[in-house]
Amino acid sequence: MSAITRAEVAHLARLARLDLAEDELDHYAEQLDVILTSVARVSEVAADDIPPTSHPVPLVNVTRPDEARPSLARADALAAAPAVEDERFRVPRILEEQE
Amino acid sequence: MSTPLERDLIRQSAATLAEAIAEGEVSAREVTQAHLDRIAEVDDRVHAFLHVDGQGALATADAVDASRAAGELLGPLAGVPLALKDILAMKDVPTTCGSRILEGWRPPYDATVVERLRAAGIPILGKTNMDEFAMGSSTEHSAFGPTHNPWDLDRIPGGSGGGSAAAIASFEAPLAIGTDTGGSIRQPAAVTGTVGVKPTYGGVSRYGLVALASSLDQAGPCTRTVMDAALLHSVIGGHDPRDSTSIPDPMPDVVAAAARADVRGMRIGLVRELTGEGYQAGVEQRFREAVEILEHLGAEVVEVSCPHFDYALGAYYLILPSECSSNLARFDGMRYGLRVGDEGDRSVEEVMSLTREAGFGPEVKRRIMLGTYALSSGYYDAYYGQAQKVRTLIQRDFDAAFAQCDVLVSPTAPTTAFRIGEKVDDPLAMYLNDVATIPVNMAGNCAMSLPVGLAPEDGLPVGLQVMAPPMADDRLYLVGGALEGALRDRWGHLLIEEVPSL
Repeated sequence: MSAITRAEVAHLARLARLDLAEDELDHYAEQLDVILTSVARVSEVAADDIPPTSHPVPLVNVTRPDEARPSLARADALAAAPAVEDERFRVPRILEEQE
Repeated sequence: MSTPLERDLIRQSAATLAEAIAEGEVSAREVTQAHLDRIAEVDDRVHAFLHVDGQGALATADAVDASRAAGELLGPLAGVPLALKDILAMKDVPTTCGSRILEGWRPPYDATVVERLRAAGIPILGKTNMDEFAMGSSTEHSAFGPTHNPWDLDRIPGGSGGGSAAAIASFEAPLAIGTDTGGSIRQPAAVTGTVGVKPTYGGVSRYGLVALASSLDQAGPCTRTVMDAALLHSVIGGHDPRDSTSIPDPMPDVVAAAARADVRGMRIGLVRELTGEGYQAGVEQRFREAVEILEHLGAEVVEVSCPHFDYALGAYYLILPSECSSNLARFDGMRYGLRVGDEGDRSVEEVMSLTREAGFGPEVKRRIMLGTYALSSGYYDAYYGQAQKVRTLIQRDFDAAFAQCDVLVSPTAPTTAFRIGEKVDDPLAMYLNDVATIPVNMAGNCAMSLPVGLAPEDGLPVGLQVMAPPMADDRLYLVGGALEGALRDRWGHLLIEEVPSL
């Protein structure tokens, strides 16, 4: 049984905002299946009572003095933008037409 | 043609060059120019650099020469040039991470590592090639073409930091910065006959390091000698309030440890799970010989078992893609980088999808989708959740091993450098290159790779990995320094001096 289907890969690509071509879907479905089958070995480890580790060096409540400091100038922030209008980032429409 | 003096300059260690500059035997400009000339001479074949900043490097060198002339005290590496992996933000210099999606981007700020290099008077020669966003073990996943291994130009220089390692091995730079998420400093060091150190997680600031997997990424030194690595490590290391994961405690004195270079009385653990099946015969042979030398030098060698290391690769390829799918969401074509398809009345979602499809290469897409899968509801507990538990068990294996031993050793990589193209479309085969280096990233401790000879069957370099507990980075240098010294005595030179001339 395969761990992942072509339809699932298409769904993942949509979630991940990747406009994959048809032939890419076939290729990745095959490769992701091989990888997932291999990494699924982690399930062999009996770990029900083991706490998860998200971070190797646990530091908590890391704070610094709340002091105002200079930040990025607007021109610097906009300098690398793909499109700028009225000193703002110009982005494509964010709503559907019927809305 | 370079003059004999220039050829000589590029073959010196960073420590030697720093001393010569401080003594006024040579200027920082001459040293920097010699390396820029070398890059111009050989980089069309090696392709270690994505961008060369000759003007910037020479300006820093001139400032060092002026400071010296003014009688100011120079830092320990002042005037010694460096190659910077293209994943660290450097103000006004292109930073691509090996990706089309960032082609032409010039960061508006310096990473903390870059800030510290500048403060130390280290001229930055340019940005080095890498697998796209540090995903890969061969530098073939760079959008700008592969880097070639100076030992054999048809072979890979390792990855993701193949550019930094190849720059060092081809004498284009005496110092380089790499980053190591699953072995990207150590595996390239192993296959290019150079030295690479992954510091303790939190030991070097991640501010301005473009994130792949935030709980695993760590920048560190790439050099030709253990002492050079220690000198660079101490320049870039230490607490940074701009990185909330930066360790506030003072870092160990790695330079003193490299100078002491002594393993007498140390207990060294041989990790049973990191040898045997899958390891090339010549790699095992050189590794065993190096371990015997450590015994001769006065260390006690014992075998230890870390049973969960067998699951580290699987857990890593769930945790890393999960973090990466989240981190790389920032490349959406809105504020910087590539934007594709912004025409007609396409929506922001369509433009993002077209941009990411065009801007990312195959390995990045694979891992983003893997991570998206591992984090989806219904799979989260079985994949990401279970991988995090395995991560705990790997840490416990290390704790148990370090209760018996001061350091652990293994081969750095299971094989020597393979041929370009051999594994590029076989992700699982590529992932296996990092089988021995990944456990350290999972646990957050530190490790070094150093050259221990050429494999008899193919004449290519073999690396030995030394692993130490968190914040015991000095032990890497004690062992590395001692072993390097013994091997140099045996061979009459460093291994890198056997690299074919280009």
